Parts: sequence; structure tokens; C-alpha cells
Amino acid sequence: MDTTLLAIGTRKGLWLATSEDRQTWSLSQPHFLMTEVAGIGIDTRGGRARLLVGVRSEHFGPTVVHSDDLGATWTEPEAGAIRFPADTGAAVERIWQLRPDSADRPSVVWAGCEPISVWRSEDGGEHFELCRGLWDHPHRSEWGAGYGGAAAHSVVPGPGDTVHVAMSTGGVYRTRDGGASWEPRNSGISAYFLPGPAPEFGQCVHKIARDAVVPTRLYAQNHHGVYRSDDDGDTWTSIADGLPSDFGFVMLAHPSRAGTIWVVPLVADGERVPPDGQLAVHRSDDAGETWQRLDRGLPDHEYNAVLRDAAAVDTADPVGVYLGTRGGEVYASADEGRTFSTVASHLPDVLCVRAAVLP
Amino acid sequence: MSVRVLLPRLLSECTGGRTTMDVDLAAPGTVRALLDALAAEHPVFDRRVRDETGELRRHVNVYVDGEEVRRLDGLATPVPPGAEVMVMQSVAGG
Repeated sequence: MDTTLLAIGTRKGLWLATSEDRQTWSLSQPHFLMTEVAGIGIDTRGGRARLLVGVRSEHFGPTVVHSDDLGATWTEPEAGAIRFPADTGAAVERIWQLRPDSADRPSVVWAGCEPISVWRSEDGGEHFELCRGLWDHPHRSEWGAGYGGAAAHSVVPGPGDTVHVAMSTGGVYRTRDGGASWEPRNSGISAYFLPGPAPEFGQCVHKIARDAVVPTRLYAQNHHGVYRSDDDGDTWTSIADGLPSDFGFVMLAHPSRAGTIWVVPLVADGERVPPDGQLAVHRSDDAGETWQRLDRGLPDHEYNAVLRDAAAVDTADPVGVYLGTRGGEVYASADEGRTFSTVASHLPDVLCVRAAVLP
Repeated sequence: MSVRVLLPRLLSECTGGRTTMDVDLAAPGTVRALLDALAAEHPVFDRRVRDETGELRRHVNVYVDGEEVRRLDGLATPVPPGAEVMVMQSVAGG
């Protein structure tokens, strides 16, 4: 039986859960207690599991650590894995995203940080280089800060040298040259909080995901609005019909099947709770044309939100779906969302979950 | 000249377990020069206390002989011979 690892990043530490059947879980003691864990990557390429974790102390700042023994020991590069070059005059506030690239680029890991910045590592996440093309982008002075901070919160590598990034606020940007140059790609995405017609950039896109089979198809959960792009982000069309709300933070795509995605709707910008106080996942198997509400095993009453990175899928068959709430509850589904069971309760606010079948 | 540095237990994991260190510093010394000297031997400690711009992290306080350096001359605050420099986390967090 394969072992599945679920890493749970919270406002006050990291917990690691393991399971042989994805029904019953063994939960670790907290790692990095009293530090915030907002970014986790589990890199299973090359037949080994490396855990990459962005930790942040309120007092002593952010850093990236890694473990090659499932958390038994942690390594922090002395010079720091992510450090702004001196000429930028900037300092990292928070690591929002740690994303291993494809198997074709086994040592490449991407990071998204606050302030809005994208970083690339070629040594498995031990040292990252700032993507200057995005840092020096002429739009930078017009990007804003969402409530959680001004961050590049989604980094989605694609085929070739294509990478899509989403930031709050700024929207979706795409590079086709490995990060040297970036163009906004928000046509069709609403920015209702700005006067006039939707701008070229400035949207508050909450999360994006790429279809595993059709790499030019992307999905976006916006700050009101759920969208699909069938042309690599050039244009976006609404797929919100059939959902109880077009607000939320989560967008998950199936790791191997075309057209299957999950969202976790919240009522609205001004009412960030599950509709009717009942937490539910909504899944589409036709790229957003229709939706199915899934809540079996989830609590009857839940008024806590699921944040953008507090949801994840694994790569098992059937795929596992994982959620963590701001109330510290963590749920797992071993059947693509049809039924959930509780992994952990009463943890600090869950900021990030990531899951992987261990090699 | 010698300066005594006192650290909170939380930071001792970056200094080989030490919470008290006597540091040799060229006179006249400053807080910046003292932190630079510590950084050479304990780079992770330095990243905990200062960000990439070289500034003290917002919730880290440094006291020279009991005076908080933000109320003096910041990192340019003089450190006299025999001074006691205390690095402390401020009251923050939830």
C-alpha cells in the first residue's frame, strides 16, 4: 500500500499527516511551532520526497527550509534560500508558493513571494534567483495589495518556457521565455471594484490552475468570478453558472484527467463564509460547464473559510482532495471529493495544505 | 575592545546554543559593526535580526546599556567599550 503524506501549514506551525489508506491518518507533533507556514512544496521527482517549507516568524522573518527525511531533520541554507538582491532595496515578507516544476526539469522549483515577486531555483529549492523580468515590470507601481498582502500567490509552470503567475492585485501574467518577460493576461476577468471597463491588469485573481491534459487550458477563481481560458490565458470566459456563488479562493485541477476541477465557494466578498454556513466542495468534470455539490463527511455547520492554498490534490488514483479551514479543521477525500473524513481538528488557522503519494 | 551580547533563547539555535557572547570589536564601534561581526560567524542569526536591506526587523529590539537603539541613532548608535548589548524580540504576535 502506498503512503500518502499530507503537509498542513498553519499560522502557528506545520503538521505532517501520513496514511496508508487516506482514511485514517497519523498526525505528527508540530514542527516550527509559533511560526507561520504559508507555503509548502512536496517534490517527489527523482524517486525521493523533498519537503520545502516557507516559514515565517513574526519576530525573526521568513525563510525556506527543506527536509529529505519527511521532517525528521530540516536544513536551512546559511545564506538564505530567497533573498532580494541589494539593488532592489526590498526584503521578503512571506513565502506564498513553493512549486516544483515538471519532471522534465527535475531540479527546478518556483517560488512566489510577498512583495510581488517570482523566483526560480535550479537546485531543488535550496537557492532561488529573482525573476528580474517581473520584478522590473513597468506595471509594478500599479499593482496593489489584497487583504493578505501583495503577493505572487500562484506560480503555474507549463510546457516549454511558459509560466503563468497570478497576483493579488494585478491579475494573471504569462511568460513564454522562462521568466525574462511577462505580459498581463486578464481579458474577460472582472475587476468590479475598479471604475470603468475591466483593465488590462489590476484584477484580484485569487488562484489559477492548469488543466493537466490540455496545457493551454487554465482555470481561475477570481475575486468574484470563476473563469476558464482555452487559449493559454489570452481570453477568459465565465464558468460560474451552476455554482452557489462566484466568490472563493480555491481552484484545483485534476493532476491527470482533463476537465475536472474543484472550487470551494464562499458567499461573497462581504460575507466570506460558506453558503448557508455549510462547507461544500463543488466539482466539475466538464471544465466548468456543469457543477456538482459535494459535502458528504463535511460538517453540518462551518463558518470558516478555506484559504487559497489550504486545498490540494494528490496524484493517486482516484485522486485525493484535501481541505483545511481557518478554524483548524482538515479534511481528506480519497474519492475525488465524493466523501470526506477528518484528518485533524482544532489546529491553528490552516494556511496551506499539500499532499503527495510518497515514492 | 570587548562587548558583551545577550540573546534570547529563541535565537540561540543560530549561535551554537549560546545566549551570551563576548565579541571583539574595533573602536569606535556601532551596533551595525557589532551585527556585521556577528554575521560573519553566525549568518543565520543575522538573517533573523536584520532583513536583506540591512535594517533591523520590525519586531526585533536592540538595547545598548539598556537604551533601545531606535530611540538613539539606530544601527549607527555607538557601542562603547565594555557595553552590554541585548537583542530581544518585541511584544508582538497573536
